[in-house]
Amino acid sequence: MPVWLKAIVQSRAVWPVLALVLILIVAGSVSPNFFEIRIVEGRLFGNLIDILYRAVPTALVALGMAVVIGTRGIDLSVGSIIAIVGAVIVWRIKMGDPHITILFSALAAGILCGMWNGFLVSALRIQPIIATLILMVAGRGIGMLINQLYGGTDPSFESALLQWMSTGSIWLIPTRLILAAGIFLALWLLIRRTALGLFIESVGGNAAASNLAGVKAGLIIFVAYVLSGLLSAWAGVIMTADTHTSDPVSVALYIELDAILAVVIGGGSLAGGRIYLGMTVIGALVIQALTTATLISGLPPEYNLIIKALVVLSVLFLQSANARKAIGSLVSRRAS
Amino acid sequence: MNATAIDKPRVEMRSIGKSFPGVRALSNVDFTLYPGEVHALLGENGAGKSTLIKILTGALNRDAGEIRLDGKAVNFNSTGEAQAHGISTVYQEVNLIPAMSVTKNLTLGPSRDALGVISWGKARKRAREKLSRLKLNIDTEQPVGSFSVAVQQLVAIAHALDDDTSVLVLDEPTASLDAQETATLFAIIRDLKARGMAIVFITHFLDQVYEISDRISVLRNGNLVGTHMASEISRQDLISEMIGRELGEVEATLAHKAESGPGKQKLVARDLGRKRTLKPFDLTLHAGEVVGLAGLLGSGRTEMTKLVFGAIRSDSGELHVDGQDMSGATPRRSLASGIAFCPEDRKAEGLVGDLSIRENIMLSMQAKRGWLRQLPRREQEKIAGEMIRALGIATPDAEKPVRQLSGGNQQKVVLARALASNPGILLLDEPTRGIDVGAHAEIITLIRKLCNEGMALLVASSELDEIVAASDRVAVLRDREKVGEIDGADINRDNIIRMIAGDDSGQH
Repeated sequence: MPVWLKAIVQSRAVWPVLALVLILIVAGSVSPNFFEIRIVEGRLFGNLIDILYRAVPTALVALGMAVVIGTRGIDLSVGSIIAIVGAVIVWRIKMGDPHITILFSALAAGILCGMWNGFLVSALRIQPIIATLILMVAGRGIGMLINQLYGGTDPSFESALLQWMSTGSIWLIPTRLILAAGIFLALWLLIRRTALGLFIESVGGNAAASNLAGVKAGLIIFVAYVLSGLLSAWAGVIMTADTHTSDPVSVALYIELDAILAVVIGGGSLAGGRIYLGMTVIGALVIQALTTATLISGLPPEYNLIIKALVVLSVLFLQSANARKAIGSLVSRRAS
Repeated sequence: MNATAIDKPRVEMRSIGKSFPGVRALSNVDFTLYPGEVHALLGENGAGKSTLIKILTGALNRDAGEIRLDGKAVNFNSTGEAQAHGISTVYQEVNLIPAMSVTKNLTLGPSRDALGVISWGKARKRAREKLSRLKLNIDTEQPVGSFSVAVQQLVAIAHALDDDTSVLVLDEPTASLDAQETATLFAIIRDLKARGMAIVFITHFLDQVYEISDRISVLRNGNLVGTHMASEISRQDLISEMIGRELGEVEATLAHKAESGPGKQKLVARDLGRKRTLKPFDLTLHAGEVVGLAGLLGSGRTEMTKLVFGAIRSDSGELHVDGQDMSGATPRRSLASGIAFCPEDRKAEGLVGDLSIRENIMLSMQAKRGWLRQLPRREQEKIAGEMIRALGIATPDAEKPVRQLSGGNQQKVVLARALASNPGILLLDEPTRGIDVGAHAEIITLIRKLCNEGMALLVASSELDEIVAASDRVAVLRDREKVGEIDGADINRDNIIRMIAGDDSGQH
């Protein structure tokens, strides 16, 4: 068997990508117009665009999660950060701030939440799952309290700027896709074109050794949670603008679980030590493609969660080192 | 002790051998244990003490040799089987569950109640019986964690002791006890001994060895060096057996040391120390000089290197590097001022196993440059490649996860990381631990080469011959205290051993 084929079969990327392609093919065979892309009201429409469009918030949150998981941590509070960000946006709009200032206030709220998590984990040395659980539990309550700052009677709003960022488009392409691509690129540069990625991975792999090698482990961990807070805030801006309202109780419910799944489907290990940004996005797309495909196929929505669980299980199984080796040797035996 | 000599041995281990991948942990070791004796087992880290004990207690299977218990050949496949034959162990870290009551802790283990249902009434009674054997009168309903470490240690011993226990292994039982607590423990050991218990006592406190044991066996590099009556071997001979002669060839090649004499002062420590870690000490390192750190296990070698590097925060004294005040510096600041450190425990403190060789080598250098100024990939590959060649790291390429390398090559990666940060001062803690003889000699040669290039080196080692071969000056540690220095021509085994042994019996 050719070297390139073997390399593909044994690569980390092959199963998540294959799963994504397979889901799309199955969806396409069930629904004949699945791959159709039309232009409606000056913007691209179609199932493929829809999958990308809807995957953006999860993908953003998952990218932050990938960084935190790289430090051997976890951030359960991402959904609550989105709730807080939504409440902050509506509060500031009711207070009459300029909308560009509101955007920065929203992102600052996310950064602040990330700093809180980072402080608990790196300075107080609380286990990440517990430390972020605190904000996960408290965050939605904080969101409701912020809603009361303006009376809390009518949390709906209009904002041309935020709507444009979320549901608008530039030259047929949804703005949120373009912005998300820009954020991905910026994050990738930050992780891979500075030494931050190496430091995060070394701290996640062995914090004690990294410290002795001169890496400021505490600071690195802190920065990871701040990044996660910032990326969650961006997802919060998009989701809040999407619904024109702040709904701290139910916005982005369980998004932390989808984000963790996306990281893991993308090959990340909860044991820390490695960050795969691109594969994390693929993971988020797998999750969204599944959801969209089940909806289109006309299956009752109850099946969605079960199918999702099964697909995730198979991807994880196929990705495990043992399965990869077994399949690799099977393929090469067939080929020879 | 005369009485035991005519007794039949309770345990006879004959020609025990054990290998792990790449390491020969034990070869041809004999060990005999009589009822009513305390048998001390001595040796430096990695000498094979714990492997031997694990084979005796069924935690490991031997590759070769036989074990006889009361004359009958036995074969334990688990610690449970060994326990059923009356062999119990108390490990260094107390293996109790702190939040559980004493009764519950003492009840853990194979259930003797019908259907595995525990009767707490009976369990309490049994717990009190067990404790009364050790004359320990405590409230058995309190959580174990609420008692002092010494009491916890005794509870662990009570847990290990059954009606039919005839062999008790104590692995460093006094490591975390103070003098008073140790005395209590020893009283209990003497009592058990008087009742015919055979006791294996592992420790690195020589005073305690002489105080409590009848016989002493010394292991070194997986071999039994000797078994002696405690009353018949001097401290000096004992130390000499523990830190033996390994380096013949290297020593010969390195007989000629730096002729030029030391250069300017690089590092000065004055009254540097930390309570319960290392008594305040003075230390000076010069450019172009290797200072060896000699002392037994637990004497404070590692602690001294870590205090100098800032990996352990000092609570007294000051440290100057190139005239700059570095007291209370963090590892990061030490590194920035040109100190590099290779820790003893490669796996826990040295390497990031999942990262590649290149990434591990780059880590300190990159940390020094800061996160924003990433070294270009091509540059990284060049430096990693040079280091791999210069240190002879055996690997097909620099992208291999460092976890997959052998011990010696891993050690070289740790060294490469330190050297890549371009230090003026290099602190090495056990640079040759667990590596084969070839790599051993290479690393000693490298130490001398770096020294001749003007670096100041501090080398802590448990191997006396290594110290003698590599050092221009030797600082000697005993019981967490620097007790002296030996210079130039006076550096030899006997002088160092005499200083380690000391005249007084240094209380711990």
